[in-house]
Amino acid sequence: MQLEEEVEDKFELNISITNPEKVGDGMNAYMAYKVSTQTTLPMFRSKTFTVRRRFSDFLGLYEKLSDKHTLNGYIVPPPPEKSIMGMTKVKVGKEDNSSAEFVERRRAALERYLQRVVFHPSLLQDPDVREFLERDDVSSACVCALSGAGFLKMINRATDSLSKMTIKMNESDVWFEEKLQEVEAEDQQLRKLHIMVDSLVGHRKELSVNTGGFAKSVAMLGSSEDNTALSRALSQLAEVEDKMEQLHQEQAASDSFCFAELLADYIRLLGSVRASFDQRMKTWQRWQDAQNMLQKKRETEAKLLWANKPDKLQQAKDDITEWEAKVTQYERDFDRVSATVRKEVLRFEKEKARDFKKQIIKYLESLLQSQQQLIKYWEAFLPEAKAIA
Amino acid sequence: MGSIAAQLFSGLSRDIKSGSSLGSVNVDLQTDATLQVDISDALSERDKVKFTVHTKSTLPNFKQNEFSVVRQHEEFIWLHDSFVENEEYAGYIIPPAPPRPDFDASREKLQKLGEGEGSMTKEEFTKMKQELEAEYLAIFKKTVAMHEVFLCRVAAHPVLRKDMNFHVFLEYNQDLSVRGKNKREKMEDFFKNVVKSADGVLVAGVKDVDDFFEHEKTFLLEYHNRVKDASSKSDRMIRSHKSKSPHCLIISTCLGKFFLKVSELFEKTRKIEARVAADEDLKLADLLKYYLRESQAAKDLLYRRGRALVDYENANKALDKARAKNKDVLQAETSQQVCCQKFEKISESAKQELIDFKTRRVAAFRKNLVELAELELKHAKGNLQLLQSCVGVLKGDT
Repeated sequence: MQLEEEVEDKFELNISITNPEKVGDGMNAYMAYKVSTQTTLPMFRSKTFTVRRRFSDFLGLYEKLSDKHTLNGYIVPPPPEKSIMGMTKVKVGKEDNSSAEFVERRRAALERYLQRVVFHPSLLQDPDVREFLERDDVSSACVCALSGAGFLKMINRATDSLSKMTIKMNESDVWFEEKLQEVEAEDQQLRKLHIMVDSLVGHRKELSVNTGGFAKSVAMLGSSEDNTALSRALSQLAEVEDKMEQLHQEQAASDSFCFAELLADYIRLLGSVRASFDQRMKTWQRWQDAQNMLQKKRETEAKLLWANKPDKLQQAKDDITEWEAKVTQYERDFDRVSATVRKEVLRFEKEKARDFKKQIIKYLESLLQSQQQLIKYWEAFLPEAKAIA
Repeated sequence: MGSIAAQLFSGLSRDIKSGSSLGSVNVDLQTDATLQVDISDALSERDKVKFTVHTKSTLPNFKQNEFSVVRQHEEFIWLHDSFVENEEYAGYIIPPAPPRPDFDASREKLQKLGEGEGSMTKEEFTKMKQELEAEYLAIFKKTVAMHEVFLCRVAAHPVLRKDMNFHVFLEYNQDLSVRGKNKREKMEDFFKNVVKSADGVLVAGVKDVDDFFEHEKTFLLEYHNRVKDASSKSDRMIRSHKSKSPHCLIISTCLGKFFLKVSELFEKTRKIEARVAADEDLKLADLLKYYLRESQAAKDLLYRRGRALVDYENANKALDKARAKNKDVLQAETSQQVCCQKFEKISESAKQELIDFKTRRVAAFRKNLVELAELELKHAKGNLQLLQSCVGVLKGDT
């Protein structure tokens, strides 16, 4: 832990993703994003640099990292989801609010994704990451766009980790069992919370629309009121309600961008956490299988001794040596992966707590601002209401 | 019905008169010692509400100085209809009848909650039940206030307060045996309304001799329509405001697992939001609804006067014809005089009624808009403080 904190202080690495631009036309069109890095780390060629990447490049990066590191028990951050609906609208050139919102949402999600990747001390060292950030010309060989086969592999990997592992493990360390249960419970809670926040956003939008309708109606009422002071007060009320409509709209956006997106990120991340636990189980299984195999080989040797077949005996002895080595190796692997998973989970929890805290503070501050606006509007209205005679 | 609903409905009586919504529409009504009426208690039973009407009076017409009777909604309607049908009161704005107590929506929600009990945690269930019970209580208080306002308006009116039926309503401690209208009577009412609205159009088309009334007619027509629109839009807005609440409730219980302080914050701000919606309901929606009904009553007055004017003009024409033919002149003269008297009587009181209506309306809007603004500010400041302290705490502990 000490070393990590020192590393945190020592280096600076800021990543931002900006300027989404549509490249091409029709169904082959895609969005290109500007990925800008600013760093003091010596391993990069310069202090600031920019490249252009498209969504499938990010997916390709994930695929590579996952291939290399998941089997060692690392929690590899998952990229944002592919969205056929969202992208189709953009491709077709629908210039409306929902497609602009989609692009912005994706941009922000990609930014968070990259930031998580580089914040991971081991992943940062991976040359693929460096290449992704630095390399100017992106030939399809280096950062491969997600091919059909690659996509399928990713799906399988995902379903693999999500399906209930049928491996029944003799858990010697109860920490892992408890942690896994915690992760699963948290996953459920986050999903429930996400659904609720989504529906809250919907309701706020509805409230916004209805407030707007009411504002117009009050304005009409004010204009037909023949008492001048009351008429003016009513039109002021209409203005206040109009501003409220705006406020509710902004609030809904904040609910969505600050809160809902955070939850969605962590639901996906928990999937990666589960994957690392599954990976640990796989290495355990491999060790067990090796032990069983060793046992069989020893039985074979014993049988051969009894049947007195000296020529096959050497083979049997060789087999035993081979499998003894494997057992030792796989046991070491299992211990190593277990240690990695444990370290990763603790790191993940720390990062999650910090992330949530930061986002929630940001969200609450936006709510705070709303209330301050509200107070301003009503304070301006009060004297108008009192002036009615 | 589910057990929760049952235990709520049996014997839910209104608690002490807290600053109830009575204030919202009851303005400028002098508290006159000679006749004071209020609803001191109310009981909600399965499908009806029983109001205890309490009267304090120094008038000689009553046997005692203070007394109470129990009345149901139908009896209020009977009283209102008796005013409308009384020719003597044609020149007055008849205070609008209180709306029927309607707990259907609330009941349905409680029932749904009961059915869904298994699918939520005990904590969520208890919280939602409390919410719905509070909602039910709010509706109950509102209906009591509406009935009370009606009685107070009658008691404050210089002519209507002397009405015989009103006194019977207040004093007679037996059931008035007012049955609801049967099917045939309801059909009659329906046709009467159709005829009346058709007639209303005809009558409205006749230009009035008096500028004041002509102006009032135009004004009221437009105003009434716009109030109707504003009323329905405000209802819709407030419904959306209220429907956010259950979501926030579940969010706060979920958050509890992660951030205790944030969850508490959500719970507190949710309660404040609920109060905002309730206050908007009282100060805005109820106000608009009430003036929707009163502006209709004012329109009805204008209609009656317009009708009387048309009758008068027709009687004049008939008289001229009769004199020309020299046939049934006396009959025509009498008829013309009757129409003239009726028209003048209505015109005289109508003018004052309409001026009073305006004064009342302006005062009521002023009171409610000021109170609305003050309450919105109070709640926003409350929310702000909660948010600030929570953010402070979160930022404080690293």
